[in-house]
This record gives sequence, C-alpha cells and structure tokens, in this order.
Amino acid sequence: MTLSALVNLSLGAILIENFVLVRFLGVCPFLGVSKKQDTALGMSLAVIFVMTMASAAAWAVEEFLLEPFEIGRLRTLAFVLIIAALVQLVELFMQKAAPALHKSLGIYLPLITTNCAVLGVALINSNSGTGFIESVLFAFMSGVGFMVALMLFSSIRARLEFSEHPEAFEGFPIALVTAGLLALAFMGFSTVEI
Amino acid sequence: MNVWHAVLALGGLGVVLGLVIAAASRFFKAEADPRLEKLAEALPGINCGGCGHTGCAAFANALAAGEADVSGCPVGGRDAAEQLSSILGVELKEAVRMTVLVRCSGGVRARNKFQYEGIGDCHAAMQIGGGPKDCSYGCLGLGTCAKTCAFGAVSIVDDVAVVDPERCTACQVCVAACPKGLIIPVPYHADVHIPCSSREKGGTLRKICDIGCLGCRICEKVCIHNAISVEDNFASIDFEKCNGCGDCAEKCPRKLIVDAKLDRGPRLMEG
Repeated sequence: MTLSALVNLSLGAILIENFVLVRFLGVCPFLGVSKKQDTALGMSLAVIFVMTMASAAAWAVEEFLLEPFEIGRLRTLAFVLIIAALVQLVELFMQKAAPALHKSLGIYLPLITTNCAVLGVALINSNSGTGFIESVLFAFMSGVGFMVALMLFSSIRARLEFSEHPEAFEGFPIALVTAGLLALAFMGFSTVEI
Repeated sequence: MNVWHAVLALGGLGVVLGLVIAAASRFFKAEADPRLEKLAEALPGINCGGCGHTGCAAFANALAAGEADVSGCPVGGRDAAEQLSSILGVELKEAVRMTVLVRCSGGVRARNKFQYEGIGDCHAAMQIGGGPKDCSYGCLGLGTCAKTCAFGAVSIVDDVAVVDPERCTACQVCVAACPKGLIIPVPYHADVHIPCSSREKGGTLRKICDIGCLGCRICEKVCIHNAISVEDNFASIDFEKCNGCGDCAEKCPRKLIVDAKLDRGPRLMEG
C-alpha cells in the first residue's frame, strides 16, 4: 500500500465519508454524550478503540468462517456476535491488566458494543472486500472521524449553553438544528477529489 | 445442507465465544472490595459532587481506601453517615446540618452602573467591569448559582439569588460557582444572618444600595455574646458564639440583618 493511498484512505474516512455527519452512523452517542467535552473525548477514544478491534475481528470471521461455509448472508448476525463478545473480553482483560485505561474509558466501552457505527465499519469493510491492513486502518480513521465530529459538536454545544435562542428550542431541538448545519458543512467535503 | 452449515458455524461461534468469555471472567477476575457495593448503596447516588469527588462511586472508593470521612456526604446527611460508619466500622463524629447563605440582599435595591445585555451568566458579566452592579461586592442576579443547583434550592428573587434552606443539601456546588464568592456555608439551625458582603464605606454604599451594610457597628455593640465582628465595613457572625437572640436584627438601622425566628427575614422566607 503506497503512502498516497494511505493518505487518501485516511482523509476519506475522516472528512469526506465522515461516519456521523455524512453516513449518519453512530448518531445516538453523537447526540447523547456531546454535552460535555470530557465525556465526548472518553466516548470518542472508546469508539476508536472498539472500531479498530472490531474490524480486525470481523475481517477474521469473514475470511475464516463466512466465506469457507458460504454463509455471507448471515454476516450481520455473525458480526454482532463477534463484536459483543470481543468488547466483553477486552473489558475483562483491561480491568485486570490496565485498570487506569479501563477507568478512563469507563461506561462507554460496554455502551458501544451495539453501536451502529461499529457494526457499520465492519459491514462496509466486508462489502468493499478490503484486505486486513486496509480494513483496520479504515476503521481507525473512521473512529478518528467520529472523534472530530463529536469534539466539534460538543464544543459548539458548550457555546450554545450561553447563547440566546427561542425557549422552544432549548436543549435538544437546538442541538438537532446544529447537528444538521454541521452535517451540511461536512457535505462540502464530498466535492473534494484526492 | 446449507442450513446446517449456517447453524453449525454460527452456533459454534456462539458456543466458542461463550466459553472463552466464561473462562476469561474466571481468569481475569478483579478483586473488588466487598464493602464497595454496600457503601454505594448507602449513598444517595445522585452524583452531585458535593463531597469533592467525581461522584458517589468515587466517594465510595475513597471511603473504602480510608481517604474520606464518613460524614463527607452533604446530601445523605446523618442517615448516610451512620450507615457508612457501620459498614466501615469507624466511629461517627457529630455532624451539624448545614445550608448555604447568599451574602447579598441588593438585587433591585442596588443600583446599576450600566445596563448589561450580554450572555445571561455571572462569569460572563464579570468580564465587563466586574458586572453591571454599582456595588462591586453585590450579586449580579444572573443565576449562575441557580443553574448549577441540582436540587432547585437556589432561585433568583428580585434580581438577587435566594437559597431555600429546606431544599438545600449543602453540597456547596453553588459556593464554587459564584464568581463574586458571595455564597457561604452556614449552619442550618442558625437563625440570624447578615446577607451583605460589601466592604464599601457607609457613605458610598448609601448612594448605591438601599439595604446593604453601612458598617455602622451597632450590631457589634449590641451583641452581648461577642458573636458579631465588623472589619473593613463588613459584618460577619461567628456561629459558634451566636445564640440567635436577634438583638442585632432588632437594632440594625438598615433592617438588613434577618432573624428567621421572627418570620420577617425577607431573604429566607422567599424562594
């Protein structure tokens, strides 16, 4: 894999095909934990971590289980199973081996077991039939893209707290409007050719 | 035949993963302190942060590690402290129920030096010449404290923050939130309060506030318990000495000193 291909893949995953703002995957944590920047950061790190791990595991399942048995149609089911089990395992392992890391990721790690962004990255990878390294890199960069979107959104929401808007828009409505505008801004990247 | 492939492959995957997790949970079992669960149960679980820890779980951890005092939870109060001390097997010291007091009565009675139309937050208003109030010690009335209160105990009445001692749990989040440092913890059972923080000279203050303390020292002289001291035109009560007789409230020429016993304290009755 050449360097320029790597850059293409990374920029594509972070900006042009941003998971949250362009593909609209993982919108629930995007809205749910974007109220404070530190929780947003914790969630983003957990998502990057789980996405990377999950794409590696999903690639293995695809390669060694689904293809030999010719049961590609059960892909979603198998991926859900493997992702849930993987996160569970990683959590158990981290609790013992790296309590500090476990503490900082906290509740977010088990929370995103069933996140559609995590399942989405595995399915996108298997649909496009990419190799192992590409899959893992794509997943990692998509996670970074999620982090970019979440951090942007949480800092905007921090400012929204102090802004004046009609009372009916207080809280969630104004957050949704903001998310829409942010998504619109990210659509601008879709015309970028790299 | 294909259906058996599917059943075997996915079923096998499920069984294998299940076994691996079962083995891992035994292998990686973290030794949790058995007291932690009980401690967490005895705490209110609202994660207000009033104890100075990040939440009830963090406080329970600190308790188990012996780094925190059993009476450290302001919300749980005495009940929680008793339970915690029995779980940990330590002796409980007598705890006094606390509340907080906003040491300003100004609001609409205090004049503004300009009209503030910025962000509705005291910290923001502070950036502009210390806020719109003429009295640099006074409450800005924009309600930063009221927004931080998790119990709805702080409200803004006539442009000044007022605490409802019944709802207040003395978590002291508002104490930290006030940019003027006007909110102080006081004993719940204290009846007499001087809700003014001004250190302005009497003559100056008279022009900018209709209720604030002039520093006339009448209360200091009238108090036979030596509980009131006036320094820098600023009167404060020593609650160790005050027995709540209310003589000072009687004599205060500004009717600033409130006596909750007489039900005429405007500050404590409202809200």
